[in-house]
Amino acid sequence: MTTLFANARLIDPQEGTDKPGWLTTKNGRITGMGYDTPPKAETTIDCRGKCLAPGIVDIGVKVCEPGERHKESFRTAGLAAAAGGVTTMVTRPDTLPVIDSPETLEFATRRAAAVSPVRIAPMAALTKGRQGREMVEVGFLKDAGAVAFSDCDHVVTDNKVFARCLTYARSLGALVMCHPQDPTLSAGAAATAGKFSTLRGLPAASPMAERIGLERDLALVEMTRARYHADNLSSAVSLPALERAKKAGLDVTAGVNIHHLTLNELDVGDYKTFFKLKPPLRSEDDRSAMVQALASGLIDIISSMHTPQDEESKRLPFEEAASGAVALETLLPAAMRLYHSGDVDLPTLFRAMTLNPADRLGLPQGRLKKGAPADLVLFDPDAPFILDRADLQSKSKNTPFDGARMQGRVLATYVAGDRVFAHSA
Amino acid sequence: MTFRQKHLLGIEQLAPDEITALLDLADKYVDLNRQDHKHSDVLAGRTQINMFFENSTRTQASFEIAGKRLGADVMSMAMQASSIKKGETLIDTALTLNAMHPDLLVVRHPHSGAVDLLAQKVNCAVLNAGDGRHEHPTQALLDALTIRRAKGRLHRLTIAICGDIAHSRVARSNLILLGKMENRVRLIGPPTLMPSQIAEFGVEVYDDMREGLENADVVMMLRLQRERMDGGFIPSEREYYHRYGLDEEKLSFAKPDAIVMHPGPMNRGVEIDGTLADDINRSVIQEQVEMGVAVRMAAMDLLAQNLDAARAQKHAGIMV
Repeated sequence: MTTLFANARLIDPQEGTDKPGWLTTKNGRITGMGYDTPPKAETTIDCRGKCLAPGIVDIGVKVCEPGERHKESFRTAGLAAAAGGVTTMVTRPDTLPVIDSPETLEFATRRAAAVSPVRIAPMAALTKGRQGREMVEVGFLKDAGAVAFSDCDHVVTDNKVFARCLTYARSLGALVMCHPQDPTLSAGAAATAGKFSTLRGLPAASPMAERIGLERDLALVEMTRARYHADNLSSAVSLPALERAKKAGLDVTAGVNIHHLTLNELDVGDYKTFFKLKPPLRSEDDRSAMVQALASGLIDIISSMHTPQDEESKRLPFEEAASGAVALETLLPAAMRLYHSGDVDLPTLFRAMTLNPADRLGLPQGRLKKGAPADLVLFDPDAPFILDRADLQSKSKNTPFDGARMQGRVLATYVAGDRVFAHSA
Repeated sequence: MTFRQKHLLGIEQLAPDEITALLDLADKYVDLNRQDHKHSDVLAGRTQINMFFENSTRTQASFEIAGKRLGADVMSMAMQASSIKKGETLIDTALTLNAMHPDLLVVRHPHSGAVDLLAQKVNCAVLNAGDGRHEHPTQALLDALTIRRAKGRLHRLTIAICGDIAHSRVARSNLILLGKMENRVRLIGPPTLMPSQIAEFGVEVYDDMREGLENADVVMMLRLQRERMDGGFIPSEREYYHRYGLDEEKLSFAKPDAIVMHPGPMNRGVEIDGTLADDINRSVIQEQVEMGVAVRMAAMDLLAQNLDAARAQKHAGIMV
């Protein structure tokens, strides 16, 4: 049965276009699109001139299952994703236990298939237990469906171990993803070193810690020729190193999370722990540098870095409070801030949230193209609302955007042509 | 009412006229404290709870005496030894105490911002007795009162703060207060003990002590807080004393009538020469302790008055 999305404003990240058109789907796939008179179809969905884009492929979602289901489960994360226009959650392995064996990976895949309305593409740890000592069974895990290998915020500090992981991963074509950081320089830090951290008396680290970590990683990538993704970059000082590596032809991509594009350290205000992130929020100069890098294509991917935390772990003095924020549902409206500010156009934003992550992970979704999965998001980029964290689908409500004025709302989300979310006005 | 605060969380929130009002009242309490009969009833019937999550002898004693002189019922709790060890969170501890209807809560905590957090959860007046490396407002106020009494004014003075600025909440509160009152503030110390971008606070930063002390009216020494250090900020105590320890020779660069201050407890021979600390012509270290009691009496008196006003408003609201 063919479904026609008529009267849509198509955001095509591949072509870089944003113009009125139509799109048809059948049996879970996109069957056609165009900008002329639409064909006849059994079902027609009138998009009323709103934006239709590929569903978001979100790299680095923490689901908290197994281990901490009181914070988030595959079901609630899936509902949150659907509500946020995220049709593929690329899940992080930093759960309890760590996803570092084919067995634990299969558990996650099975649970997700049973209860999540959106797709998942699981990542696995790079080293056993994320301890940085022994590499995981990269081959078995890849066969079991791991799309990338990452120890997340744990840095493999032993260069020999990390070099071997990269070399071995390269032989299998596996993607290694890291959050670059020099953990000795940033140890104990809860804020970015600067006037604000000094005023608030918070232990802080220089953003140079990120650049040192990145330079180390890139040197080893040059040595091993591995496929590498530097995720969660946040500082201007990291960008020249990244640019050099890309110019040198290394197989390197980079990501930034939505909070480092839309918030800065001053948002922490009077020790608001919902703004405690890892890496910590940076200066406004860093934020605008990241936005520029995104617009220029130096930064390839935007992610939510969805990290649920329960109330107890946030109701603590800032230094003791847990880091991270839920963001599956706020990723798209927050990204619209960059569109409304005139910094980044919609096709560029969506390229960083759909096509680029999908390409990097070798996934067929994330594009408006005949034959691609019919994973779509219909949204109104202008619809204003005030975010109330109680309305979130996530089990945890730790969003820095609570009470914030947002502009841009998801109207409907489709996975394989099936509607998994519809906004009730 | 000039003093408009509900809590005393930091100097950052105070306006210059509020600082002046508090110091004026503290001056009166200095007089009271010097009499044989040092008792007042302005806090009679009030309950004051001192919660110290970090070791303190001097500050805790000062707050305790201040409360008792004003007639409050004072209870001091050493929090390291109690529920915190049983895993209770700060907020639960606060709520438990809040249910006992205290009027004044004096809190010291090792983490910056912890006192702010606590103040959001209770309905009494909260006084910050030091939080992490953030603020220690009553220390800055007692220092200000000491300077004002010694120098006859609290503006257009050159004040050098010397030592471990990075780990010091005393330094932060002082530089904010002295800046608000329009003084020239100099910070002296090794760069490893200077906080990030400190020069942006409108202060002058020196790593040479003699240059920094040139023509200073006030020399404020800080304790070298060894217990706060991760290690490796300075090569050795003796090199630190050689370069940054205050002695007669270095002090000679300051004005001849410059006063020497120290928040205590002192490390004699590490940051300050013992003889100099005891020199009654230069050192006002004992006066600082005396002013501490008076300033804390004034702060609690003012906050209790504001608490009354707030509660009266609340009752009026319910009546309507």
